[in-house]
Parts: sequence; structure tokens; C-alpha cells
Amino acid sequence: MTAESVPRHSPLAHAAEHFRTVTRLSGGALRLAEVPYLTQLTVRAEPGGPAVPGAERALGLRLPAEPNTLTRHGSRTALWMGPDEWLVLAPPEEAGGLEDRLREALADEESAAVADVSGQRTTVLVGGPASQELLARGCALDLHPRAFRGGCAQTTLAHAPVVLVARGAQKPGFWVLVRSSYAGHLGAWLLDAATEYTSVLVREW
Amino acid sequence: MLLIACPWCGPRDEAEFHYGPEAHHDHPADPALLSDEEWGRYLFFHDNTHGPRAERCCHSAGCRRWFHTVRDTAHHEILAVHRIGEPKPETA
Ligand SMILES: [Zn+2]
Repeated sequence: MTAESVPRHSPLAHAAEHFRTVTRLSGGALRLAEVPYLTQLTVRAEPGGPAVPGAERALGLRLPAEPNTLTRHGSRTALWMGPDEWLVLAPPEEAGGLEDRLREALADEESAAVADVSGQRTTVLVGGPASQELLARGCALDLHPRAFRGGCAQTTLAHAPVVLVARGAQKPGFWVLVRSSYAGHLGAWLLDAATEYTSVLVREW
Repeated sequence: MLLIACPWCGPRDEAEFHYGPEAHHDHPADPALLSDEEWGRYLFFHDNTHGPRAERCCHSAGCRRWFHTVRDTAHHEILAVHRIGEPKPETA
């Protein structure tokens, strides 16, 4: 009970107001917002090995085999993180249940593991038609859909390690997953980089 | 800036990688069985190649996997990359 009495505080809660201001002042070019508390599970298993089908059944989606690709089903996403490693994203309310189901599915597997890493990173939505150009100011990868076909990558943005996830063809923009301790830096950088679209610098906190 | 082709992720900026030591210079299976001279040779004696040299490399800002590169030490051209466990490719 003790743990539940501590109020949750997302790493970019203090930036929410500034993100809203940028979104408003950009006149539709940009949308910035934290997407806090997503359920994030690291799944380790031998690719093509016996643990994979069970994990996929528990998740209701396929674990992508190709580097830097993702799969989606409903509100869940699986990101390729390494040849034997995936990051599963799900809504906050799935935290306990999904992990339990995965553990059950992998209980008899010797070389598979699941870990709840939800607290490790927070997520920033960088949306709108200018989102790709904005991220290009601090990221060496070509994020044009023609080049960024797999839809996800681990790289650096403004020198901070991030996971970039394209939102898909219909919705221009990205989810930027950033470690909690780098989130303040990245939030400040995004506000600064957005100046071109807002005409004024939305002050840092 | 070098572009290094991670065998998993493809070409990425040099800044995403962590440089490792000479490849195929494997840790002895049982160091306790070695003489001081043999252990010293493992620790301190390297080829110091001028030309193509196999090295370890970690894609630390990406997939975080170690792999091997063959880099020409004279001009930094990376001639080949290969995954751990794969044989060193021919780079004549
Ligand atoms: Zn890589």
C-alpha cells in the first residue's frame, strides 16, 4: 500500500504547458505532448526459437524479425531492439496484466525473459507536418518515410539516446522514447528547435 | 565523420559506436594454466597493423550489439563488417 500512496510524477509533467503553447503557436505545423506512463516491456528470446510463438500469442502481435521494424495490433506495438530483444509498448492500464500473461507464456522457456521497463523511459509525441523537419535538426537519420521504412530506430536526438517510432502513414509524426533522466534536456531542446515554427522562444521551465 | 555499417542496423554515424580492441585476439580459455610469458603475450602483444585490421565495435547508441569491422588503419576506410561468430571476410 505504501507504494500506491506515492503520487506518480511523469518526467515531463513540468513541460506540459510549454508543449501546449508550442502546439498552439505553431498554427498546426507541430504538435508536442508527453505520452506518459506507457507500459513498456522488454522481451528477450531466441529469434525463431520455441519461446517466440507463445510470447506472440500472449501479446496478440508478431515480434518483428527485421532490424529497425515494428508491428502493431490495436493499441500495442512491438519494436525490434536487437536480434533477440523487443520492446513492447501498450497503454498504461495494461501494466500488470500483460506482463503476467507473458511470464506465464514463457514460464517453461529456459532462454527467454520479460522485464517491466516502463519507468525507464517516457514518450514524447512529436506530431504535425513539420515534425520530420524538426527532428532532423538533431538527428542524423533520414526520417522521410521513403528512407525510414522500418518505422523505428534506436539512435541519438540532440545527443540523447532515443528510440524513434513513426506513427504510421496516416498520422505524420513520431513517438520519441527517451530515458527519464534525459527527458528534461530533450524537452528543452524540442522547445528551442520549435522556435522557427512559433516565432517566439517558449521559455524553458 | 565515418559511416559505419552495423551488420544489424545498417549505416550509422560513427558517434553511435563504441570502439573495441583487436578482434580474433581471444581471451585464453584458462588463464591460470598460462605461464607469465604467455599471459604477458596475450595482454601486451598486438599486431599493430598498418593496413586492414579486424576490430571489435559496439553499436552502443543503436542495437547495442558487438560486431567486427575490418578497418584500414592507414586511412580509416572500413572494408568489411561481420557479426560475432562469423568468419573474418576476405578483404584483399
Ligand atoms: Zn546496430
